[in-house]
Amino acid sequence: MSIFGFHYRMERKAIGLVIGIIVVASIGGLVEIAPLYTIHQTVESAPGMRLYTPLELAGRNIYIREGCYACHSQMIRTLRDEVDRYGPYSLAVESKYDHPMLWGSKRTGPDLARIGEKYSDQWHVAHLINPRDVVPPSVMPAYDWLLSTELRTHDLGLHLKAQRAVGVPYTDEMIANASLDAFGQSNPDSAQAKGVTERYGKATTVRAFDGRPSQLTEMDAMVAYLQILGRLTDAAHKPIADAGAKQ
Amino acid sequence: MVAQLTRNERQGAILIGLVVAICGSVLGVVGRDDPIGIHGALIFVVGILTIFLIGKDYYAPEPSEERFASYYDDPTKAGIVLAMIWVVFGLAVGDWVAWQLVNPNLTFGGGWSSFGRIRPVHTTAVIFGFGGNGLIATSFYVLQRTSRARLPDQLSPWFVLMGYNLFCVLAVTGYMMGITQSKEYAETEWYADIWLVVVWVVYFLIYLRTLARRKEPHIYVANWYFMAFILVVAMLHIVNNLAVPVSIGHAKSYTLFSGVQDAMIQWWYGHNAVAFFLTAGFLGMMYYFLPVRAGRPIFSYRMSIISFWGITFLYMWAGSHHLHYTALPHWVQTLGMTFSLMLLVPSWASAGNALLTLNGAWEKVRDDATLRFMMVAAVFYGLTTFEGSFMAIRAVNALSHYTDWTVGHVHAGALGWVAMITFGSIYAVVPWVWKRKSMYSAGLVEAHFWLSLAGALVYVFAMWNSGIIQGLMWRTYSEGGTLTYSFVDSLIAMHPYYVARAIGGLLFLIGGCIGAYNIWMTIKLPNPISEATADQPEPKAIGASPQPAE
Repeated sequence: MSIFGFHYRMERKAIGLVIGIIVVASIGGLVEIAPLYTIHQTVESAPGMRLYTPLELAGRNIYIREGCYACHSQMIRTLRDEVDRYGPYSLAVESKYDHPMLWGSKRTGPDLARIGEKYSDQWHVAHLINPRDVVPPSVMPAYDWLLSTELRTHDLGLHLKAQRAVGVPYTDEMIANASLDAFGQSNPDSAQAKGVTERYGKATTVRAFDGRPSQLTEMDAMVAYLQILGRLTDAAHKPIADAGAKQ
Repeated sequence: MVAQLTRNERQGAILIGLVVAICGSVLGVVGRDDPIGIHGALIFVVGILTIFLIGKDYYAPEPSEERFASYYDDPTKAGIVLAMIWVVFGLAVGDWVAWQLVNPNLTFGGGWSSFGRIRPVHTTAVIFGFGGNGLIATSFYVLQRTSRARLPDQLSPWFVLMGYNLFCVLAVTGYMMGITQSKEYAETEWYADIWLVVVWVVYFLIYLRTLARRKEPHIYVANWYFMAFILVVAMLHIVNNLAVPVSIGHAKSYTLFSGVQDAMIQWWYGHNAVAFFLTAGFLGMMYYFLPVRAGRPIFSYRMSIISFWGITFLYMWAGSHHLHYTALPHWVQTLGMTFSLMLLVPSWASAGNALLTLNGAWEKVRDDATLRFMMVAAVFYGLTTFEGSFMAIRAVNALSHYTDWTVGHVHAGALGWVAMITFGSIYAVVPWVWKRKSMYSAGLVEAHFWLSLAGALVYVFAMWNSGIIQGLMWRTYSEGGTLTYSFVDSLIAMHPYYVARAIGGLLFLIGGCIGAYNIWMTIKLPNPISEATADQPEPKAIGASPQPAE
């Protein structure tokens, strides 16, 4: 019986077609996606990697809210010009705690994977208030309202809890102190500042990101996030042999 | 409209309205200090409006048994009108966004109008608002004709159409308020995603139930494509949107996947949203309307079979070519590239099948702008699928990825293929469902065609230029071994092309407005003609007798 004869009979059965479509369409995804979870070379190990602090996570959520990913990628490819322009190429482990990833698909502006601590806080604040003040030909929109909008912190514990539910290892202590830590990280003179470095590591940046320690604004969160990009782990800066199974 | 519903269906509609209103009020109260609260209020209002609308005419006489002798086209009519509203809105927002890249101060100052929030509004309005409504409307039309059976009931098609549009409104208003999960083409948050699953399951059941009533032994080719579209989009949507909400009172959720796995699943979704929403669905349209309008049978039935299963199987592998040279393991990237190249065969089988069907009907293509819309759509489909396979090659992708070339490519597909096949199908179907002799003005269809073609070409050529210039500038080295251009240099070089793109988009928008006007005037034409004199004589819904459940 020819293949078309077989099809001639199958296209008379709705359920036959439905099952056929589901089976045929499932194979590709299964072969490509399932192994990513079982082959351990998919993600390198980086034991010293730290988590996003509540303030940085809040900043990341603002970055998502404003659709920054539409114009800025966070993925430096293994190409010579990209490594020369932006820094060491991105490793899988660097976005291990990114739910979702923000690799992006378009660069209307430059890649941001290693922007952390490349510019001062003041530069970022000025750039976000009006991009054309620091980069005259920029076509980026202004985000001046970030500076005048108070950051919503009271539910950051819930955010950390949801992050833990999807696999980010936040501790009970981190969840309980999330709101205070957000305040402490942007207010170095406060009593809460010490707790941030205790929980997230000595290298955690604690400073008034928007230049005004008394207020906790969305600008604080956004700049804190931009300044940690590429700095959760230094695995990418080590010699390639140490970086794991990267080809 | 309510008069078409039976008493049981009216009760069902009120019950649905009640459930929707309750869900809305829960979200509105629990999420009152979060943007989700505004959506809760919106959902509540929609539920109440439904109850009011049905309740107003609740005691109107029930429809007569005669309805079973004809097809049920009211949802198709509403879907076409909604599609045209969405396309004018979506294209207008798209052109506005394009001008923002020429002058970034073209906002109204607030967050809602900045590029990052408006760009997904444009994408969603045109793909899901215009494309989705066009697909739902035409699929109901095609399903009934090719099965010679009436839709199984009057309520579920309305539920699908209205529920789907509620989803689109939630999406678009959500992005303006900053509600997004940042997954491209899947930016809506958890509650809208769950709602879409409910709507989609009902859509699929309508298909199965109508097919079960069909009077034709074979399931027509267009319906294979519509079924693959419904089934696989459901699969993709559910997996890609698995997430944990912060709480029931928060719009925000965190996706189950992270980093490299999330990237793979996003592009498995994203590339196949193109495959099964923007390709398979519209191929369903093409396989019905193009042969009917040309008055010729499809060129090759066997090519249809090969193309259908080829697309269904091969496309699902191709998503990873979006991640060349990234941290995704090399073997997955290579698989994605290989299957993308093989995809050219089934894609061109369908494009060729369409064009060869027209062989012998070229004088109709010359005289009839509606058929010309479909012909040009098939040409763009062929060109874009070739370009897609080409761009999946690693070396090409290294240049094209992250640049405007990709934007040009997707718009060649969206403007040239998706929009043109939809416009062609709508121009064909409008006189048929409204029982008019022809469109209000053939000249306006002609004008729309040339504006669309010109707009698409200007847009695509501008983006090809800017994309390739960008890619080349970023990788140019001086003799001293350093990068020649800064990023800002490439940005300045883009300016003229961004102006050209915005003008191309404007031409396309003007065409869309003319189309909407023409369709509106056709609907308003007096004196519906009898079915016998409509330019598309249709088979009757013979023997679509009442079923036990009705």
